[in-house]
Amino acid sequence: MSSSPPVKLIGHFASPFVHRAAAALRLKGVPYEFIQEDLENKSELMLANNPIHKKVPVLLHGDRAVCESLVIVEYVDEAFDGPPLLPADPYDRAMARFWAHFMDTKCRTPLVLSFLTEGEQQEGFLKETKENLALLEAQLDGKRFFGGDSVGYLDIALSGMSRWMAVFEEMTGVSLLADDDFAALRRWAKEYTSNEAVMQCLPGIEQIKGHFSATAKKDKVKAVATAMQQQQ
Amino acid sequence: MEGVVVLLNCFVSPFGNRVRIALKFKGVAYEEKAENLAAKSPLLLSSNPVHAKVPVLIVDGKPVCESLVILEFIDDGFSAAGAPPLLPADPYARAHARFWASYVDTKLNEAGMRVWRSPKGATAAVEAARKDTVAALKTLEAELGGKPYFGGDALGYVDVALVPFAPWFLTYERFGGFTVAAECPALAAWADRCVRENTCVAESLPEAEHVFQFVCGMRKAFGLD
Repeated sequence: MSSSPPVKLIGHFASPFVHRAAAALRLKGVPYEFIQEDLENKSELMLANNPIHKKVPVLLHGDRAVCESLVIVEYVDEAFDGPPLLPADPYDRAMARFWAHFMDTKCRTPLVLSFLTEGEQQEGFLKETKENLALLEAQLDGKRFFGGDSVGYLDIALSGMSRWMAVFEEMTGVSLLADDDFAALRRWAKEYTSNEAVMQCLPGIEQIKGHFSATAKKDKVKAVATAMQQQQ
Repeated sequence: MEGVVVLLNCFVSPFGNRVRIALKFKGVAYEEKAENLAAKSPLLLSSNPVHAKVPVLIVDGKPVCESLVILEFIDDGFSAAGAPPLLPADPYARAHARFWASYVDTKLNEAGMRVWRSPKGATAAVEAARKDTVAALKTLEAELGGKPYFGGDALGYVDVALVPFAPWFLTYERFGGFTVAAECPALAAWADRCVRENTCVAESLPEAEHVFQFVCGMRKAFGLD
């Protein structure tokens, strides 16, 4: 029996994108070495393996490098044995991919800006975010997870809404998931963060708070918010 | 997969034309409904309530949205004997293909749009957009390398994701003040090869001049000129 080449995940403990990759590995039962990256001082290893985007996560599987969090999740699903992360039916797979894409292209920016802005601007982003969250709430449709009875691709893709959202709500006093309208999402977040495999790679609340407080110098936050708004 | 297949598209849309190519590549019979994006049909609005965009693929009444999601859906669902695969079988090759298709969407499309969508007189913005577009094209050209196709010897997922932007090159060139042939000769040759060697591509793409006229019309409508 040949053993699979070693798996390494270059990432940062506080990154929800890195968590996606780690969660996929844990759920598939794939052992891996986590390499913490200093994002202020990027390593040769990371830059050599992700020259195009220069970002984490980067998955190293033997001499293969896979970049982009959702690409990594699908790679892990396909390259390793274990419970499938994507459903079998083509239409269900398309729906899972659609909603993951929705999070990354439509939902994320106004969501983050809801926390980073103030006043009238913030009200606008909050309104938009609540509309987006309502769509995701509807997708749960009484299920325990977006994937059904077990954690799947879409749960992993939306995992930023579990722990990270709660932390930002606490840090800023902004209330999103706490709303009455999002009972299913709140329940989902509890279920997701209680999953045995997920817990092994989920950063703690205080850990995330500590990291984002340290980097949340007012001018830096303003710069991030401006850049995100310009990209819209 | 069975059932009637309907594609909601706009003839210049590079995203919609990806789906055209994929359906023809697979030999899937379909009906195309042309959308006027200034006056969207009730069918489009009801089948893509989240984005209200083309393309939408409706199979047996069930809509699938987002062009790359649709491509994977077509590959997953229409894999009957004889229909070639769009994505390779190997997981690493698949990851590689997905990475580059995503690159087209996030880097090339975004920069290209800024080239032709900037208001008249916004020279600095257009110059920045031109730089970014050329950089994205060069990066794609480097990825192509010496291969005839991104997929290797034959048309594949990345080729289908990128080639519908080829009719837009003329528009980028005229607004941006450069030529793809001069900046990225291998990529220009690849685009010609795709059309020349693949009927599914030749039959799916609009004339570059028609795209340019369409964009000129859009600019007038949005008061950019």
